[in-house]
Amino acid sequence: MSDLAEKADAAITKPPPWNDPFIRSIFFQIVAIGLLGYFFYSAFENTLSNMSKSGISTGFAFLGREAGFGILMSLIEYDETHTYGRTFFVGLLNTAIVAFCGIILATILGFIIGIARLSNNWLISKLAGVYIEIVRNVPLLLQIIFWSVAVLQALPGPRNSMQLGESFFLNNRGLFLPEPIYGDGFGIVVIAFFIAVAGTIFLKRWAKQRQEQSGDQFPVFYASIGMLIGLPGLVFLILGMPLSWEYAKLGRFSLTGGTNIIPEFMALLLALTMYTAAFIAEIVRSGIQAVTHGQTEAARALGLRNGPTLRLVVIPQAMRVIIPPLTSQYLNLTKNSSLATAIGYPDLVSVFAGTTLNQTGQALEIIAMTMAVYLTFSLTISAIMNWYNKRVALVER
Amino acid sequence: MFQKTLGVIAAAGAVAIMSVAANAGTLDDVKKKGMLSCGVSTGLPGFSLPDKTNKWSGLDVDVCRAVAAAVLGSAQKVKFTPLTAKERFTALQSGEIDILSRNTTWTHTRDTSLGLNFAGVTYYDGQGFMVSKKLGVKSVKELSGAAVCIQAGTTTELNLADYFRLHGLKYKSVVFDTSDQSIKGFESGRCDVLTSDQSQLYALRTKLAKPGNAIVLPEIISKEPLGPVVRQGDDQWFNIVKWTINALINAEEFGITSKNAASMKSSKNPGIQRLLGTKDDMGKKLGLSNDWAANAIMQVGNYSEIFERNVGKGTPLNIARGVNALWSQGGILYAPPIR
Repeated sequence: MSDLAEKADAAITKPPPWNDPFIRSIFFQIVAIGLLGYFFYSAFENTLSNMSKSGISTGFAFLGREAGFGILMSLIEYDETHTYGRTFFVGLLNTAIVAFCGIILATILGFIIGIARLSNNWLISKLAGVYIEIVRNVPLLLQIIFWSVAVLQALPGPRNSMQLGESFFLNNRGLFLPEPIYGDGFGIVVIAFFIAVAGTIFLKRWAKQRQEQSGDQFPVFYASIGMLIGLPGLVFLILGMPLSWEYAKLGRFSLTGGTNIIPEFMALLLALTMYTAAFIAEIVRSGIQAVTHGQTEAARALGLRNGPTLRLVVIPQAMRVIIPPLTSQYLNLTKNSSLATAIGYPDLVSVFAGTTLNQTGQALEIIAMTMAVYLTFSLTISAIMNWYNKRVALVER
Repeated sequence: MFQKTLGVIAAAGAVAIMSVAANAGTLDDVKKKGMLSCGVSTGLPGFSLPDKTNKWSGLDVDVCRAVAAAVLGSAQKVKFTPLTAKERFTALQSGEIDILSRNTTWTHTRDTSLGLNFAGVTYYDGQGFMVSKKLGVKSVKELSGAAVCIQAGTTTELNLADYFRLHGLKYKSVVFDTSDQSIKGFESGRCDVLTSDQSQLYALRTKLAKPGNAIVLPEIISKEPLGPVVRQGDDQWFNIVKWTINALINAEEFGITSKNAASMKSSKNPGIQRLLGTKDDMGKKLGLSNDWAANAIMQVGNYSEIFERNVGKGTPLNIARGVNALWSQGGILYAPPIR
């Protein structure tokens, strides 16, 4: 009897390997990974061999070949003699700039509207509400086309531009601004500006320390502005103003010279900003309402006025509710910028996944690169926002 | 990360490509479906344009109808798929359409690296420029500094860059997805010049509110032979499309029209007999019935009928035959003999 029990014990502690749940689970996971890996490998191989069988060229060699087409707007030097690889960066930067400007403007507009929605003033809060409901519920593509048509149709031709003084022109070819021509020594002004920025950060720390020790407040905001404008301005004057402007002039067809902001950019930026701002406004409203009313009452009891209550008590607490959904709005805006192709703004999808793809015919490589760019953009934005979220998150004691 | 993404995309692409490999016998597929899938433009007067009842017409459309008549016996058995310039080659490569007949220029790169074959030329075109009359421009050389409206993914985009660089002219290209958008851009004043194949310019000019306000400049800066395209690797289907076009042109040479084709079957001319299927097995050699060409001619007409009906003198486009006339009449249209 005891002999049997011993045997049973041994069997329990040491099952044969094919009955060991641990080994089994590892075995099946390895098999699953192996099968998955084989699926991707064979899919990849199959694609390549089928493509070469049907005479479609593959590989990334095309990136080094001359592109041979013009692009309307480029932040880096570009003309027809540059390579297809260069068109990738031109498109990438055009996407990045519209996404970057859009995120900043949408955040500002969204916060203003979100706070306006909570205003005690009946008219302001209703106006904000109407704005949100209208803009949020019309498809973005329609809005982009609306702004493109509105901007293009409403503006006059190059010969009858709307103008502000002799330097700013607005017509259906876009907004023409004077282009700065930097003289000798302008670099020193830039350096002075960065010194002022460093000074501002230092000043803020010092003021905070002082307030914590003595309770005295220091007007950091006005002092910083004075420093940021004053220091570079002073250097600029001392150096004898090493900056001149090149103004746009009317040529045979349009204005030449100066900096041109194309109407497609303006239309896309307007649409993306207004659309995303409506969502951000709702996020801000919900974030502020998530802070219990007791906090506001406590701030009032301490004698804080409306402004400081909002700025010092409510918003910091609302931020931790606001940040996660705000991140996803930023991601949406970046990805939505690919709708640019509908109005001819030369973004990554329009230039690289459009013209370059069609001229080379290498769809798989180009779409893969384009997807990788959006993925990288999105992951970068997420990483930055997660870092910020961690900073403002409530530290529970 | 990039590698991982690449794998996912490759897998997604593989599904599409794998279906291509199984697609070699286009003729059998078309017969089984009882329908020819034909890729056309999103709307270009004279070449491919749907009317209010979604009935397509145009020169490119009639090429597809002729192929359908030759293969299936009925010119009505065609399903038209409107494609932008950017979408067209992928649609053909992936097997979504059987034939691409969409004012597409035959170039070396397209023929050699896209896995496609051009089956012939149905219209000899060249790139031209359209400007607003009030600008007072008489020649392309005066266009330095102009904003040019253009359609994305076309040979025109490349020719424009080449030509302007060669002549030291500056330009800004405003790129649109469809020809409709580019003509609207031109009309709204976003650009000074619209460039495209000259036939398209005449076609698009008819879409303007006041066509008389725009002029097409006389210069032609490129060769644009337009024709139908099929997938590489299916020689039988390639031959069918190629010889259908040749049949239409030969029919014009023989004076066979949609009206007299039936009576011409009793002609004594052996060339006509071979074309109309009363002598030798010309259709069988293509894997079709012997009355393939007769069907196409009777239902769609010969090349001259197709040309005049869609883009010729009686139409809003009002294009003369010019180089598109038969070789025997001062043009360059020359089809190999059917024998």
